[in-house]
Amino acid sequence: MSKLPLLGLPPYASTQERVWRLFFYIFCGLVLLFLISPILIVIPISFNDSKFLSFPRDVWSLRWYEDFFFNDRWTTAVKNSVIIAFFSTILSTTLGTIAALGLSRPNIPFRAAIMAVLISPMIVPVVITAAALYFFYANPLMLPGESNIILNNTYVGVILAHTLLATPFVVITVTATLTGFDQSMIRAGASLGAPPTLVFRKVILPLISPGVISGALFAFVTSWDEVVVVLFVGGTEQRTLPRQMFSGIREMISPTITAAATVLITIAVLMLVTVELLRRRSERLRGLR
Amino acid sequence: MAIADRAPLLTIDGVSLRARLARAERSRKLKALGLILPLFLFVLITFLIPLGRMGYKSVVNEETFGRLDHTNQALSEWDGQSVPDEAAFAALAADLKAAQEQRQAGEIAKRINYEYAGAISKFKSITRTVSKMETGPYKEVFLEADKVWGDPRLWRTIRNASGHYTSYYWLSSIDLRHGAEGLESVPPDQAVFVDVYGRTFWIAGVVTVLTLILGFPVAYLLATQPAHRANLLMIFVMLPFWTSLLVRTTAWFVLLRSEGPLNDLAEMIVNQRFEMIFTRFGTIVAMTHIQLPFTLLPIYSVMKNIPPSHVRAARSLGAGPFHAFWKVYFPQTVPGIAAGCLLTFILCLGYYITPALVGGPRDQMVSYYVAYYMNNIINFGQAAALGAILLIITMVLYWAYNKLVGIDKMKLG
Repeated sequence: MSKLPLLGLPPYASTQERVWRLFFYIFCGLVLLFLISPILIVIPISFNDSKFLSFPRDVWSLRWYEDFFFNDRWTTAVKNSVIIAFFSTILSTTLGTIAALGLSRPNIPFRAAIMAVLISPMIVPVVITAAALYFFYANPLMLPGESNIILNNTYVGVILAHTLLATPFVVITVTATLTGFDQSMIRAGASLGAPPTLVFRKVILPLISPGVISGALFAFVTSWDEVVVVLFVGGTEQRTLPRQMFSGIREMISPTITAAATVLITIAVLMLVTVELLRRRSERLRGLR
Repeated sequence: MAIADRAPLLTIDGVSLRARLARAERSRKLKALGLILPLFLFVLITFLIPLGRMGYKSVVNEETFGRLDHTNQALSEWDGQSVPDEAAFAALAADLKAAQEQRQAGEIAKRINYEYAGAISKFKSITRTVSKMETGPYKEVFLEADKVWGDPRLWRTIRNASGHYTSYYWLSSIDLRHGAEGLESVPPDQAVFVDVYGRTFWIAGVVTVLTLILGFPVAYLLATQPAHRANLLMIFVMLPFWTSLLVRTTAWFVLLRSEGPLNDLAEMIVNQRFEMIFTRFGTIVAMTHIQLPFTLLPIYSVMKNIPPSHVRAARSLGAGPFHAFWKVYFPQTVPGIAAGCLLTFILCLGYYITPALVGGPRDQMVSYYVAYYMNNIINFGQAAALGAILLIITMVLYWAYNKLVGIDKMKLG
């Protein structure tokens, strides 16, 4: 038969099939390379000593990391991002988890329509959401004249907007965890005399906690990455890390953006690992594996 | 004995069991809806109502609302072709005087200027002139000040802008305007938006097709490899998915630059540098990279559930490898392809950051123009109308997605 390797094919595979398989592997390898290499290429560039965005030739240096960790412009941005992401994660995780608990009860009227509305902030182009919020925040309570409250250029405004954008992710992950959740366990708890809050704490929460935590992580990342809403409704005081990177690329092209990118990639790796571990734990808890 | 002949089952306190069950069921439903209510109200107040108010902004003459009522009345009988009579001039003068006292004349001028370029300075100077006058006649004064006041098109613009509501922003978003005889196209040098919408669809379509071509084989690879190897390869897909959009856009910005690593490579191989940053090519490559996991993952999760025995059965029945794949395997992946492609297409329509950073001026999509009219031109009506059209298109596709795939089936990670 052919001298081409089998590449996981059964021994009766024809030459043509083997050539195809080889081509298929090469193609997939190139696509995976395309996916990962742009992210990896930023890392060495961030250690370059020169002011230009290129690979370090002779001198490696940490000067852009120094700028990132000690320059007020960047440290304030990191601080803002953490504050905003923290509060919008708490808000969206609470709202989203409670709603998901309601949504996974059997026989909810108009369930599909309600779900579609709750997920829609994820689908609507974020520029439109940001524009609508900008108009809304100019006078949220529709009070006349001077007595109105303005939410534009405030932390509250940005946090509420990020909460809105993040809740769909929480709803999706928690409802996914709740599929296959045995509702009779709630009744079992209740029949043994536990009040609803105790049932929630002792029965429901331990089972759905992996979903809630990965929902919270998604919510955190949504807020942590978000730039358009901040551009529209945030002021200079609410300058977040992505906002700072946006102007870093647009206005000054300082290699500090590559250092910031490397730090963010590290955080992404940690998040990815956490979510994967949680998913496995959840599958084990629910007996799916 | 038939069941119907029996006395109804009663609970201990004498109520029929059926009624008690119905009540219990109702209270369960209410409790469940009560859990959903907080989030629903939150989405309603901070999302749906603001979107509605944005839609309202796209049809209301906010700048002139109630400030040109006299003019509107005086122009109601006007034929739209000739120079209006003294009454119209007097009404406009009265409205401008009143607006000037409240320091709102500039707003009116701004609104007219959207439709009639250059009107802003004419309005400013005529407002100064009429503010000094006690009585008319005004027509000669206007015409003497500037011959533009004899232009019927300017008056048609004033008439359109003096009502409380306007179709101007919506028409202008599809390159139309009110002409002397009904609707007409705007002059070619101002007709940009149809082109922008076309470009948005084109870029979204190309990116969707590219993500499918690149994503399908990889999804197949991941679904058919043994678990430990598939999990390892999955990192390649999931890491970009979890990495910030800004980081990925930064990466492409660095890569595509004329002094960037890709061009260094090109110079080594073919001794030539290419222009890639701020081009359509760069935009599409970066967007494809960002969207690839969104197309790939739904296809992967469908493929994961296709039993390998199907293709083996086809092979054992004599089908060739390609025939078996095409006739047995591929049709089963179609729901995944539809889900992934539709999601990517919907998300692509709203792209703003990536084209803004790696694209050129000819590669900007609808979102960019919404932002541009909001933040640079400060023409909120136009921004709202452009956004509303994009919103409607997105909602129609979202509805289709919901029908076709079901929002419940959406999986993350």
